[in-house]
Amino acid sequence: MNKLGFLARRLQQGATMLLVIAVINFILIRMAPGDPAMVMAGEAGAGDEQFLQQLRERFDLDRPLPAQLGSYIGHLLRGDLGISYRQQAPVLDLILERLPATLLLTGSAFVLSLASGVAIGVWASSKVGTWKDSAVSFLATLFYATPLYWLALLAVLVFALWLPWFPPLGYQSVGMGYSGMAHVLDVAHHLVLPTLVLAMFYMAIYARMTRAAMLEVAGQDFVKTARAKGLTPGRVLRAHVLRNALMPVVTMAGLQAGAMVGGAVLIETVFAWPGIGRLLFEALAQRDYSLLLGTFLFTAALAVIFNIVTDLVYTLVDPRIEMP
Amino acid sequence: MNSGFLRRFRRNYGAVAGVFVLLLVGCGALAAPWLCSHDPWALVQLPFVPPGTHADLLLGSDALGRDVASGLLYGARVSVLIGLVATTMALLLGVGLGAVAGYYGGWVDTLLMRFTELFQAIPGFAFAIVLVAIFQPSVQSIVCAIALVSWPPVARLVRGEFLSLREREFVAAAQLSGLSSIRIIFTHILPNAVPPIVVMGSMMVASSILLESALSFLGLGDPELMSWGYMVGAARTALRQAWWVAVFPGLAIMLTVLSLNLVGEGLADGLNTRIDGRMR
Repeated sequence: MNKLGFLARRLQQGATMLLVIAVINFILIRMAPGDPAMVMAGEAGAGDEQFLQQLRERFDLDRPLPAQLGSYIGHLLRGDLGISYRQQAPVLDLILERLPATLLLTGSAFVLSLASGVAIGVWASSKVGTWKDSAVSFLATLFYATPLYWLALLAVLVFALWLPWFPPLGYQSVGMGYSGMAHVLDVAHHLVLPTLVLAMFYMAIYARMTRAAMLEVAGQDFVKTARAKGLTPGRVLRAHVLRNALMPVVTMAGLQAGAMVGGAVLIETVFAWPGIGRLLFEALAQRDYSLLLGTFLFTAALAVIFNIVTDLVYTLVDPRIEMP
Repeated sequence: MNSGFLRRFRRNYGAVAGVFVLLLVGCGALAAPWLCSHDPWALVQLPFVPPGTHADLLLGSDALGRDVASGLLYGARVSVLIGLVATTMALLLGVGLGAVAGYYGGWVDTLLMRFTELFQAIPGFAFAIVLVAIFQPSVQSIVCAIALVSWPPVARLVRGEFLSLREREFVAAAQLSGLSSIRIIFTHILPNAVPPIVVMGSMMVASSILLESALSFLGLGDPELMSWGYMVGAARTALRQAWWVAVFPGLAIMLTVLSLNLVGEGLADGLNTRIDGRMR
């Protein structure tokens, strides 16, 4: 199968996945205690009979369940994720407004964690059996066990409160009216702590995996062959060992990229970072179920998209793979 | 075999240290009412008493004057309880589905694995948040939510084990002697698949505890129970005045989770099994 066919297949799988998640969302609204219209309206909107009636008509809540589901999916396909009574705005608008901040945070954390994790893993595998290797393994195990939100609080405590190097929260300095380069630098300054904390946990995973994969691949016959035919150690490492060792890491990274959006809920909450994760927390705090479920659906969609992107990268790393 | 297990397990110092920490956490959880005289919710002192300055408050007091040490001990109960119960549920689900998929193969396998992949593609943490929020926070809803987002890796692991084990001769022998499929699955194949399941189980208790603490941190804990995540969450607003209120419960979570992971690695050494890192 060629790459295009592969892409089409993955897109179709992704679409099915989103459909099922939408159905789960629908079921959750119905399973929640109370009238679905009240659940969708949230605590704040439940007293507004006119708004409830409007919701019932909009989502056909007076009709049988299959019709309700059809109506719900129809609305989703038209990009209608419902309305947040609390914020008096369509859910999708609220999410799209927060999307850039989340993409910026998760994107930089993803790149940082993957690059540094792989580099550290390769380094540790070249020092296997020494104290340096043990130190890397220990630190990786430690960070893997550290609650993200707690690490975030420690980072704020040490690097924002005790040592005022970085701002403790927010996306940009309020009231400074920066523009151009100054604005970019200001946002970057705010981005440092959240990115580092979010990246730390994933870096630990990638470092451990890379180290294990490097050691495993290095013991295989084709590596001996490459050495025997006189390639330089650096070339063997890069072109033969690393390239093969990267594959399980890339797979993992694809799966984790989706999870990272979930981890961002905690980080964005601690750092008051105006992203989708923070939006989900606000929805939670205000019992705004329309917004909560819409955000969840959107997060799942992002995860599916990240997975597809990784699969495409995967075919670049390993041309043998043209997928079943 | 048993002595071999202990010998290999003992050689892993991290795992041995982990066992000691877990024993400590377990004892603290069990003996909480005897170890501290006051309820974790009780306002026993002035707010923000730093640790070590008051004879009765080893770890200081929080923003409301509650005893941090008492919170840690009672919080251990919640973590241990939820970690164990949620993992048991996830294992039951995962082992059941994985065993059926791996043993029968064919379209049953395809169907069940599609289902598993689907669940695995949903961002687990966000899903758990939504589940607990919709069904209202309680021990039951938290346990169910954690189990629901944690079972897919178990199903995939067990399926893999079953796929290879079912080709073995002892299974063919059991089939020829006319045993039922259920019997073969439970008494012949499953016992052989136990080592990797045990290893994964110990690491899942760790991830369940992390997940529970994160939910509690966001305010989705059982409102009746003092938990470590709740303590860290409540400490957020007064971080500058009282670092200890946030630091100690977080340390407790980290040490417990770290110990469980180390014990999991020790078990893997002892049982001579390797779980692929990517399964987690």
